[in-house]
Amino acid sequence: MKPRLRIERRLEVPSWMNWSIPAGAVGVALAAGAVLLSLLGVSPLAAYKAMIQGSLGDAWGISETIVKAIPLTLAGLAVGLAFTMVVWNIGAEGQIVMGALAAVAVVRYAFVDNSLVMFSLMFLMACLAGGLWAGFAGFLKARWNVNETITTLMMNYIAILLADYFIYGPWRDPSSLGFPMTTPFPEAARLPVLGGTRVHVGIFLAVGLAILFRVLYRWTKWGFELRVIGNNPNAARYAGINDLKNVVLAMFLSGAVAGIAGMTEVAGLQGRLQPGFSGGYGFTAIIVAWLARLNPMATILVSFLLGVLLVGGDTLQVVMRLPLASVQVLQGLILFCVLGAEFFRNYRIVFIERGE
Amino acid sequence: MEILIPILSAAIRSGTPILYATLGEILTEKAGVLNLGLEGLMLLGAFSGFSATMVTGNPWVGLAAAVCVGMAVSALHAFLCVTMGANQVVSGLAITMFGTGMSALLGKAYVGETIRGLGILPVPVLAKIPLLGPVLFNHDPLVYLSYVLVGLACWFISSTRWGLTLRAVGENPRAVDAAGLSVARLRYAYTMVGGGLAALGGAYLSVVYTQMWVEMMTAGRGWIAVALVIFGIWNPLRAAFGSYLFGGVGALQLRIQAAGTTVPAPLLLMLPYILTIVVLVGISVRKGKGILLGAPASLGQPFHREERD
Repeated sequence: MKPRLRIERRLEVPSWMNWSIPAGAVGVALAAGAVLLSLLGVSPLAAYKAMIQGSLGDAWGISETIVKAIPLTLAGLAVGLAFTMVVWNIGAEGQIVMGALAAVAVVRYAFVDNSLVMFSLMFLMACLAGGLWAGFAGFLKARWNVNETITTLMMNYIAILLADYFIYGPWRDPSSLGFPMTTPFPEAARLPVLGGTRVHVGIFLAVGLAILFRVLYRWTKWGFELRVIGNNPNAARYAGINDLKNVVLAMFLSGAVAGIAGMTEVAGLQGRLQPGFSGGYGFTAIIVAWLARLNPMATILVSFLLGVLLVGGDTLQVVMRLPLASVQVLQGLILFCVLGAEFFRNYRIVFIERGE
Repeated sequence: MEILIPILSAAIRSGTPILYATLGEILTEKAGVLNLGLEGLMLLGAFSGFSATMVTGNPWVGLAAAVCVGMAVSALHAFLCVTMGANQVVSGLAITMFGTGMSALLGKAYVGETIRGLGILPVPVLAKIPLLGPVLFNHDPLVYLSYVLVGLACWFISSTRWGLTLRAVGENPRAVDAAGLSVARLRYAYTMVGGGLAALGGAYLSVVYTQMWVEMMTAGRGWIAVALVIFGIWNPLRAAFGSYLFGGVGALQLRIQAAGTTVPAPLLLMLPYILTIVVLVGISVRKGKGILLGAPASLGQPFHREERD
């Protein structure tokens, strides 16, 4: 009797697989990364050790990891909201930039020497800027079925160039000795930080929004509608769910949350706008959302783990002189493995005896 | 007319890398596989083409190396999407992330180096035709190859038996399966051919067009190619027209900058991206919801042999 393999679809996914499969996938990706590092002549053990030490080794490292996890959580929630409806918002990067631009505009043109007023204004305008930026793509998608992957991506380039225009042009700080950066934010426009770290109050926004999203998805009619549209658009239409309204609204909210990430980055962390200030959070957010399986609470945890990767990457750059691109390669590998691992979640391999 | 010749000629040259990627994506999508990894594949092609040319001194070896790398990496996409049934949008994004990172990581050592790439080779007789000659036939061999490929792709898709199979595998894979052909094998093949062409487009940038390697040098051309597939409604000839249109806008914008204008550079650089959105909206509005009719029916959907639809 020769055993034979058969692949069959799982009818039920065991609950332990929800966390063990993504974890296994990350493990495989790190192993693949190790092979790659040794091919580059770097000891993978030393590299990974440096990454862990840099990001989790001391209090400062952990605080820096949290600093990166804040925008990742916000952007991950934003992207996840759109993905839940199977609307491919790849434009979080651009929406982050628009949020940051809105914050700078508020400080520049409507400055009031009051932290609470400034915070509320920046928050609102960042939501509006990011929301409209994404909502426009959502409207095109809902009204004329314009491919949103491409529009949101093109709008990333446009937003980044728009920021460049302002940074190099009308908003450049005259006292920056020619460096391309905007005027530093006055104290009243800065978000407070915790203790002696760079962790700003954006952390409460990130966690709060994650909880809000959780409630929204789980217990509201609208959250239910979103999931129906994502799972079965025909059923949704048949049930009278307005997909045009919902797509535009979901994209608006998605962009608004990404915009908040831009605002907290500029008001909480950097205090001014410089070229390339976001550094790809909008793209990493796609991995965050996918690893977290679009689950808002898991998004926080995954963002922290990817924060480890990003801070570790910075350490690698300093300690081992590896270019920052190596982190991007690792991110790509993780995404590959997570995708491949989905297979084992959906299917199982059974051994069958011949003659059965 | 005289003043138009350099601009049109530049449009052809700067449109060619986009055209290769677009052609590749048309073949891949016709087979029912969506590959959003073009940007990453082009970057890998640009890097591997450049480095292989530098090492061997022969640009043709560089181009061949790029095609091989493109095929290998897109085979990974095919593995995830065809064999594992993974989400094609996300897999494409992973390819782009991986390709962008990998090309930057390995390419660090090559920044600032120069190579002798392919030069211009006017076509005898044809290049002497007034207007058309200098615009179309005063280029490097890879431009001519792209003309041939566009014609070949049109003929292949619409009038050959293999082309019929290709269309069928994208429209109705179950029928192809019932006819005794392997859907998986066909999808692997066309994904790899498409990836090879995208990488060749990237290599055109580094080996022929600029003859140098810069990180992120494709600057979104891969994504523009994805948009052009829709613009061209999966037709190689229309895609070629679209590629040259975009090449023209890029060339024009460089000329405006060189001529010294008061319009700030970032605003000029936005033009191709804005144009992509405008073109895409235009075509979608005109076709209404019917735009989907142009797309292969099973585009983006994995095929499971043993399951019913």
